Amino acid sequence: MAIWLTKDSKVIVQGMTGSEGSKHTRRMLAAGTNVVGGTNPRKAGQSVDFDGTALPVFATVADAMAQTGADVTVIFVPPQFTKAAVIEAIDAEIPLAVVITEGVPVHDTAAFWAYNVAKGERTRIIGPNCPGIASPGASNAGIIPADITGSGRIGLVSKSGTLTYQMMYELRDIGFSTCVGIGGDPIIGTTHIDALAAFEADPETEAIVMIGEIGGDAEERAADFIKANVTKPVVGYIAGFTAPPGKTMGHAGAIISGSAGTAEAKKEALEAVGVKVGKTPTETANLMREIMSTR
Amino acid sequence: MDLYEYQGRDLFERHGLPVLAGGVANTPEEARAIAERLGGRVVVKAQVKVGGRGKAGGVKLAEGTDETVARATDILGMDIKGHTVHKVMITVTADVAEEYYFSYLLDRANRTFLCIASVAGGMDIEQVAAETPDRVVKAPIDAVKGVDEAKAREIVTAAGFPADVADQVVEVAVGLWKAFVAEDATLVEVNPLAKTGDGKLLLLDAKITLDENAGFRHPDHEALVDQAAVDPLEQAAKEKDLNYVKLDGEVGIIGNGAGLVMSTLDVVAYAGERHGGVKPANFLDIGGGASAAVMANGLEIVLSDPSVRSVFVNVFGGITACDEVANGIVQALALLEQRGEQVTKPLVVRLDGNNAEAGRAILDGANNPLVQRVDTMDGAAERAAKLAAAGV
Repeated sequence: MAIWLTKDSKVIVQGMTGSEGSKHTRRMLAAGTNVVGGTNPRKAGQSVDFDGTALPVFATVADAMAQTGADVTVIFVPPQFTKAAVIEAIDAEIPLAVVITEGVPVHDTAAFWAYNVAKGERTRIIGPNCPGIASPGASNAGIIPADITGSGRIGLVSKSGTLTYQMMYELRDIGFSTCVGIGGDPIIGTTHIDALAAFEADPETEAIVMIGEIGGDAEERAADFIKANVTKPVVGYIAGFTAPPGKTMGHAGAIISGSAGTAEAKKEALEAVGVKVGKTPTETANLMREIMSTR
Repeated sequence: MDLYEYQGRDLFERHGLPVLAGGVANTPEEARAIAERLGGRVVVKAQVKVGGRGKAGGVKLAEGTDETVARATDILGMDIKGHTVHKVMITVTADVAEEYYFSYLLDRANRTFLCIASVAGGMDIEQVAAETPDRVVKAPIDAVKGVDEAKAREIVTAAGFPADVADQVVEVAVGLWKAFVAEDATLVEVNPLAKTGDGKLLLLDAKITLDENAGFRHPDHEALVDQAAVDPLEQAAKEKDLNYVKLDGEVGIIGNGAGLVMSTLDVVAYAGERHGGVKPANFLDIGGGASAAVMANGLEIVLSDPSVRSVFVNVFGGITACDEVANGIVQALALLEQRGEQVTKPLVVRLDGNNAEAGRAILDGANNPLVQRVDTMDGAAERAAKLAAAGV
C-alpha cells in the first residue's frame, strides 16, 4: 500500500529537460518509477530519450495528465519559476505535486499554498526544498536514493534530506513503507501531521519515525496530534540542539527566533506524549529496532 | 536578513510611508552634516541589532549641531551588550501623543501571514499580549488577497484605533502591506506607530526581516548587508558558495545536507561532554555534490579557523557516491598542499551509504597520517572530540 505514492502512480516531471530534472528523471526510471513524461512549453511535442525509454514532452501539466493519466508531478524548475509551475499543477488538479526546488521565496510558497487552499486543496503539495517521497520497491518521486532500503513496515517523515537517507540506511534491515521528506522551508505544503495521519491509516505501516529540526513549532503540534490520533508507536529525532539562536542553519526554516523553535522544546513536547526521542540518529534507529523486535 | 532601524526607516520612506526626516552617520563629521541639514532638536540613536539600547545610553536628545556631534561622538564606538556601535541614526524629534503597535509577519503554523495590531504600543507586544490579550488583534492575511482597504479597516476596527486616526491607520496598513510584499519581507514591525500632538501618524521604529531566498529579484538588498558585522570566515565561505556558520568550539565540522550537519554538531557536542567540553567550531554543509574542489574549499575554510583542533568530515552518500567523496578528500588535501597550506590538524572521516566500502578503501590506500577513518557517526564524533581535547 504505502502512502500517497504507489507502484500504480504515474509520474511526470516539470523541468524534465533541465539538468537536474533530466538527471533525476533517469534515476527515478532506474528505480522502477512509472515516469510517463514531462513538461516544457518550448519543447512540447518532442520526446527525450532516457537510456532507451523515450518520454514525451508536453506543453502543460493539464496536457500531460490528459494524454498519460499522470497523477503525480515532480517539480525541478528553478526558484524564479517555481510558483508558476506549482500553480499550473494546482490548476490541473493533479493529486500530488512534489516540489524539490530549494530557495523558493517564502512569499511565493505562501501564495501558491493560499491558491491551493482557495481551490479546495485538490492537490497535495510536498515541499518545497525537499527530497521528495519514496515508497521503496514501488515508486520514487524526487531525489531520495532508491537503493538504500527495501520495502518494509516503518513509515518515515522528515524535514531533512540526508537525515532521511541516514535513517533509511540505519533501519534497512526492517525496511520502509514510505519515506516522506517534507522539506526545511518555513512554509511547506505537507506537514508532519499530514504524514502521521496517513501512516496511522496505512495498514502496511506498523511504526513511524519522525525527524524534526529547530525552527517553528511543527513538532510541538505534531506531538499534540500524536496524543489525540496516533495509536502506532512513534520514535522521534530532533536536530539542532547546539544551534545558536538567530542563525539560519542551512535550511531556510531552521532558525531559532528568540526562545521559540528550540530542539529542547520539541524533544520535551514529543516525550510528554510518549514518543521516544533518540539523542543521535543511531540511537533513534535502535529505539525503533527495539519496538519492531517485539511486533 | 535583519535590517538596522535606519535601513527600515529608509525602506519605509521609499515606499511613501510617514517617517521622521533623518539620516545615518558613521562618523561625527557625517553627524554634523545631518544635524546642519535637519536643524534644531534631534534624537541620536545607536544602530545595533539588540534591544535595550536606551537603557545602555545609546539614545540621546540633542539641540543644535554642536550638541548633536557631541552626542554622536559619545555613542559611536559604544559597546551595547557586546555589539559595537558603528552607526548612529539622527532624526528630528516628534511630539508623541499616543503610541500604537502594528506588524506583519510570517505565520509558519498557519502557512500564511499574520497582522498584529494594538493600540497599546511602545512596549513589548509579547508582554501586552500576555497581560491584556484583549488589546491585541491577530488577523490572518490571505497571501493571495493581501491587505486592501476593506481588510485594513476590518483590522483597524477590531483593534479599536481611535476614530480620529482610523483613516490614517488604514492607509498605513495598506501601504505597509505593499512594502512587505514588494520587498519580500518576512517581518515588518512598527513599534511605536505614533500619533503626534497635531494628529499625524508616524512610523517611529522599524524592525524588518527580509527573505534571503528572494534575493534574485532584489539585487539592491545585497547592499543592506552590514559587511563589518559579518564574520570573516562566514564571508569567505559565502564567496565560495558554501553554507557556513561560525560557532565557538574546537571541532571543525563538514558534512552534506543541512539536517545531517545539524545532527553532527549535536553528536559532537555530546561526545565533547566526555572530552573536556570541546564543542563544534562551525556548521558547514557542502551539499549533495561534494566534489574535490568543493571539499577543498570547505576544508580550507574550516582549517583556517584558529580555534579548530580537529575536523570531522561526516558524509552520508545518498546521491553522491562515497568513493567520489573519498577522492574529493584526498584530492582536496593535495590541492591545499599545492596552495601552500600546511595541513596539520587531524581529520576524522566517516563515510557511509552509497559506495561506502570503495570510499573507505580509497582513504586507506591514500595512507595520509592526518586522516583517520571511523565508520559510525557516533564513533567518529567521539574520536574527533577526543583529538580536539588532546590538541587543546
